[in-house]
Amino acid sequence: MDWSAILSNTAQGLLSPATMAFALAALGLAMHFGFAGLLNFGIAGFMAIGAYGYAISILTFGFEWWQGILVSLVASVLFSLLLGIPTLRLRGDYLAIVTIAAAEILRLLFLTNAFVDVTGSADGLSGYHNSFRAANPFPEGDYGFGPWTYNNIEVWVLILGLITLAICAFLLLLLMKSPWGRVIKGIREDEDAVRALGKNVFAYKMQALIIGGVFGSLGGIVYALPSAVNPGVYVTSLTFFVWTALLLGGAATVFGPVLGAVIFWVLQAFLSNVLPQLVSSGILPFISSIQASTIRFILVGVGLMLLVIYRPQGILGDKKELTFVK
Amino acid sequence: MILSTTQRGSRSWIQLLMLAVVTAITFGGLFATSAHADEVGTDLPFKIVGNVKNEGIALEGVRIVVSGGGYTAETVTDADGKWYIGVPEKAGYTVSLDQETLPAGIAVIEEGGAEQSVEIGPSGSVTKNFFIGEGERIVVSLFDQVIARIVYGLNFGLMLGLAAVGLSLVFGTTGLSNFAHAEMVTFGAITAFFLGGLLALPIWVAIPAAVVISGLMGWGLDSGLWRPLRKRGLGLVQLMIVSIGLSLAVRYLFQFFVGGGTSQLPGFDSPKIKLFGATSLSVIDIASMVLSLVVIIGFAWWLMTTQTGKATRAISDNPDLAAASGIDVDRVIRIVWIVAAGLAGLSGVLWAYFRPGIKWDMGAQILLLIFAAVTLGGLGTAFGALLGALVVGLLVEVSSLVIPSDLKYVGALVVLIVILLVRPQGILGRKERIG
Repeated sequence: MDWSAILSNTAQGLLSPATMAFALAALGLAMHFGFAGLLNFGIAGFMAIGAYGYAISILTFGFEWWQGILVSLVASVLFSLLLGIPTLRLRGDYLAIVTIAAAEILRLLFLTNAFVDVTGSADGLSGYHNSFRAANPFPEGDYGFGPWTYNNIEVWVLILGLITLAICAFLLLLLMKSPWGRVIKGIREDEDAVRALGKNVFAYKMQALIIGGVFGSLGGIVYALPSAVNPGVYVTSLTFFVWTALLLGGAATVFGPVLGAVIFWVLQAFLSNVLPQLVSSGILPFISSIQASTIRFILVGVGLMLLVIYRPQGILGDKKELTFVK
Repeated sequence: MILSTTQRGSRSWIQLLMLAVVTAITFGGLFATSAHADEVGTDLPFKIVGNVKNEGIALEGVRIVVSGGGYTAETVTDADGKWYIGVPEKAGYTVSLDQETLPAGIAVIEEGGAEQSVEIGPSGSVTKNFFIGEGERIVVSLFDQVIARIVYGLNFGLMLGLAAVGLSLVFGTTGLSNFAHAEMVTFGAITAFFLGGLLALPIWVAIPAAVVISGLMGWGLDSGLWRPLRKRGLGLVQLMIVSIGLSLAVRYLFQFFVGGGTSQLPGFDSPKIKLFGATSLSVIDIASMVLSLVVIIGFAWWLMTTQTGKATRAISDNPDLAAASGIDVDRVIRIVWIVAAGLAGLSGVLWAYFRPGIKWDMGAQILLLIFAAVTLGGLGTAFGALLGALVVGLLVEVSSLVIPSDLKYVGALVVLIVILLVRPQGILGRKERIG
């Protein structure tokens, strides 16, 4: 057992592009589900739009990296409108099925051979980094200490990711303290009561969907920044993993989703390092190291069930603030 | 398109064939100038050459015609399957293979069929090898193709229907949108694989046993998980997310045990029987359709005439009223879970033959189609789910004539969204259900 390697890899899970991507996507879900009560099971679709929007606008249209980000955000707003106009009037579980189907349609469109020139089909997209790396203000060299040592490109990704995350979290905090946020929470608790007060519930829900969707696609961009866009990532399991992170931290909180994403990835990093080592050192008998690395996903599922049953409000949540309106 | 009739169940030999063709191209290039090939127009400056083989065996006497720019020439392949046609200009030509001269039962299976355009390359020559394999001739009319797709669609739809009625019954009686239904489908297939493949039981024992074991699992899930949670008073959204957690856990548990690859049930490669037009089904396909129909009719009889079936429908309509009129709701729900899991298990076995092969996430692949079927028919209505499943099955198969086959599920998902917009209660649902 090489504990120093395990701990060092685990520590890296604390601060990685994947962690920040999950935190951003979970913030978007907190907006959708935690505050507005919208059961969005298509967050993987929003993330795919972020990642593909960024990569395609650079590779196919030759945009600069920041233009690519803008294109992604516009695309995610359009997707929210397309999804929201017909579906926001539906009951909760219907919305869940529609959003999951919409995300799956998007994934299949990105995956099909018909658009291979633009989307790269099953190979995904890569090699869109030039513009982003050229804008890197950090000179070459290593930064950080201990397990958190990064080269200048990684630091640039991390800093940008952190800034984005901080802005989004702060924005969500402000929004939820504003009168707008109170109406949104009111809609979650009792839609009809808010409607009776003369508020346009549909417009509020749509705004919430758009804001959360923008957070989600920013998450997708951060996920795509360091390496490549792979269509195998944006499956429904990704949606469920983000949901797990959200419910772990606390759905109706601002810092819960961030905390949940960090715990999720630290645990994932720990388990993916420790389980194969337990096998190779003979502590876990009768299973192969491939089987050992499957165990962590089984644990995610079991964890999600236990969370929803025993602590639906999550770590930071308040039991009085209903996260599951019946 | 011509590939479509032989696509299922033939991935592996297609790969083999590709390998053979790549080899053929390499050697065809090497020996193009040798005198082996049956040659015409060798005095012309440019040439088109090729090699006709089926699974590595050279085909002699196949007629090849080259035409373009007012020039036409033809030849037949020699004993090594090779041909050589000289052409006067460095331009585009059409190469056609006369399929009447191929042995019976095989055909050109590449896209575009037996007529292909080629362009003379910089070297002054081009190699054109046709992808040849077991298959239907290009003469298949659109009508025959549509008929074939409809038959496959019905087969697929019946299989989906078995899973969909169970999901719909569970939703009707408990209000749960059960995402773990996909894993109940996979469970049936994996159990059949375990019994029929690993324990080598005869398949007519293994499949019923798998269905019974699936039903037992449904009973276990209800009494071990869902009934306690209902008693705990969990909301429907909470229950739905629990089912998602269960789905993830069980799916990766399957991966833990069977790995990431695909395994086959016994008899998956039974030969195709040509029925009519372009339609050919294997014995397994026919048995699968008959079995689905018999089981669905039996299920309908159960739901419509038996005491428990009537109680099930009463609970779907109004659980409180049903409980007040003396129906043991817990008992009925337990039976519904057993029936739903058994049907899902059977559907999983049939899905394993249809795909073909068992895989750890095979159920999750069709979960959204099952949801689409249930929603299309009307959430909570058993016969609606069946009707929805047939529509989805037909839509998936027939639409693949028009759209790329890797997008064929998209049509069904779009229909799912559209139906929720224009008629959220589904085809057979009643309006007040949406409330």
